[in-house]
Amino acid sequence: MRVALQVTCVNDAMFPDTGKAVVRLLRRLGVEVDFPQAQTCCGQPMVNTGYLDEAVPVVRAFVDAFAGYDAIVTPSGSCAGSARHQHSIVADRSGDPALVAAVAETGPRTYELSEFLVDVLGVTDVGAYFPHRVTYHPTCHSLRMLGVGDRPTRLLEAVRGIELVDLPNATECCGFGGTFALKNADTSVAMGADKARHVRDTGAEVLVAGDNSCLMHVGGMLSRQRAGVRVMHLAEVLATTEDTEGGSSGPAVGERAGDRA
Amino acid sequence: MSGTFVGMPAFPTAAREALADTQLRRNLAHATRTIRDKRAAVVAEVEDWEELRVAGAAVKEAALRDLATHLETLEASLVAAGATVHWARDAAEACAIVASVAHTHGVDEVVKVKSMATAEIGLNEALEAEGIAAWETDLAELIVQLGDDLPSHILVPAIHRNRAEVREIFRRRMGDVGRPAPDDLTDEPAMLAGAARAHLREKFLRAKVAVSGANFAVADTGTLVVVESEGNGRMCLTLPDVLVSVVGIEKVVATWSDLDPMLRLLPRSSTGERMNPYTSTWSGVTPGDGPQEVHVVLLDNGRTRALADDVGRQALRCIRCSACLNVCPVYERVGGHAYGSVYPGPIGAILNPLLNGVADEQTASLPYASSLCGACFEVCPVRIDIPSVLVDQRAAVVDSHRGDRVPKPEAVAMKAAAWTFSSAKRLARAERASGLAGRVLGRFSRTTLPGGRAAAGRLPGPAAGWTGARDLPAPPTESFREWWDRTDGGRDGSAR
Ligand code: SF4
Repeated sequence: MRVALQVTCVNDAMFPDTGKAVVRLLRRLGVEVDFPQAQTCCGQPMVNTGYLDEAVPVVRAFVDAFAGYDAIVTPSGSCAGSARHQHSIVADRSGDPALVAAVAETGPRTYELSEFLVDVLGVTDVGAYFPHRVTYHPTCHSLRMLGVGDRPTRLLEAVRGIELVDLPNATECCGFGGTFALKNADTSVAMGADKARHVRDTGAEVLVAGDNSCLMHVGGMLSRQRAGVRVMHLAEVLATTEDTEGGSSGPAVGERAGDRA
Repeated sequence: MSGTFVGMPAFPTAAREALADTQLRRNLAHATRTIRDKRAAVVAEVEDWEELRVAGAAVKEAALRDLATHLETLEASLVAAGATVHWARDAAEACAIVASVAHTHGVDEVVKVKSMATAEIGLNEALEAEGIAAWETDLAELIVQLGDDLPSHILVPAIHRNRAEVREIFRRRMGDVGRPAPDDLTDEPAMLAGAARAHLREKFLRAKVAVSGANFAVADTGTLVVVESEGNGRMCLTLPDVLVSVVGIEKVVATWSDLDPMLRLLPRSSTGERMNPYTSTWSGVTPGDGPQEVHVVLLDNGRTRALADDVGRQALRCIRCSACLNVCPVYERVGGHAYGSVYPGPIGAILNPLLNGVADEQTASLPYASSLCGACFEVCPVRIDIPSVLVDQRAAVVDSHRGDRVPKPEAVAMKAAAWTFSSAKRLARAERASGLAGRVLGRFSRTTLPGGRAAAGRLPGPAAGWTGARDLPAPPTESFREWWDRTDGGRDGSAR
């Protein structure tokens, strides 16, 4: 099986540790992923803002980069949703039958990480170790567009040392919504404030989700509140083992971005 | 008598004001959550709910596919049953028809059963201009009318008011337009309802002409259906001699049996009830029983425009249950007024641009009034894929500006992003620049995210929209792509 990692533009540029975690995790499970260097973005920022023509070359770049792979794994419910449900809209708009055919190939082969682990690899215990109090936010696109269901929580429940606590009103949107966070910043923040409150109510130390963009929003609010809760992508929790966790301090604590080579 | 949505600012501005209204926030959070939970509980009781949704969507879809035929059948059945059928292309035509019926009978007042279509066309204001008072008889609609207010919910137009506010409105205003509220009025729901009942009873018994809408119009039998919970509708539909019903053309269903899934879907979705309390059906005139003169105004007002939209036409399936409003996290926080229309919430965010186009700024802001979380689609009893229509309407907004001589900054930014994202080389170059920024920020940042990563605090310019309330992680010094290149995908041993 040829497996490609679609790291996503947000993770590539802002959260490389998530991409590294996916590589490490899948390698541990015996899957060598390729990183097709031609990949860029799934086109969602353009599509969801209404710029369909602008999304055409981006979707074209996506299908070109991932042509021929049996599975495309992405640590984002939102980007998987974009490939599976929105690329056809863009392709139709382009009027190019070749692009229509190409997205029909890549779309169904695109898996969000938890789907790939549970459905394709058939694992829920990935051998992770994460001794922290954690709560999980199911992001809207993974929940409603993809229907990942309880896959992420099944994966988390199997993590050794974890103390997983339920998030109140978990299925309610965090308020990120892509350009919504900027175009309707006030409403977005009002929604994020409630999400942050629910997170704080759990007493968790770490908020986990499958989309770094939502985490950037809620995490940004929690940080502004000095709430003492950090956010972490599901992949990074699942990639952590007793070797990498190295005791109790948790990954990345005290490490500044500038210190990283 | 009541306010108007004309001149409302675009959604982000209106929302900002609404978000600061603490009473509104509290009332709405409480009310939407209560209805939401009630709905969830009664929907869970129905084993084949999903099949029912599919059936409901199919009924409406079939009716829309052959709309012209069904409308002609409806007209023929209505006429055969003794009704007079009028066709109205727009709001002005519809209002003029209702006014002329009222004038014919020489009345200066009509009673109304709450109707979205008559609110949409601004009938009350139009009648007022003709010297005819239109009395709303639905409790929530009465509260809105007496309070010189605007409706903020499809089902519960006064959802933004709590009972203390309702008491105030009744005490101050009822006496101006009829029987005053009792002196000892408290904010007990039963007492408030009693005051409304006494006030309205007078109007019901006096009125010669009633105005209604309809939830469904059955083509083969010429039957109109009104679904309500208070019984005021039944009074309007049976007491006065003359009844005028304003019905959007998308309300038609082909046959009587098509009502079956609809009447099962609607009460559970809207009020969270298993069965609807008052369902009135009438087919034209029944001699000696009920209104002896029945008019039906079939209203287009943008519906054929919406019907012509391949993606958006599904919005015409809407049965106005308001489930999408009650689950919407945006609606819950900003309320209905911010949408600037009698159709607020997720359905309003698509229906208004579909009916009216996106030429004006306020309407063009509505498709963006959503985080695309999809909760609306999940509950919609007729399976309207609201998020997809929202995205499609955003595209309509963008396309309407493609000819602009000076493109909007957003359009420039999107073009630049598309240019960058269509080539991995260009993206890598952009990431190297952001890595440099990350290095600088990492050194000088005074903000540290929980977990230790450097962050940007408040930034000026366009970034302020983000950093006004949210810290922003500093870009990493090395992108994933650079790491992969440098370490051969971590295979050189440096997994981090
Ligand atoms: S769009 Fe669907 S959920 Fe919303 S009011 Fe209409 S029928 Fe109800």
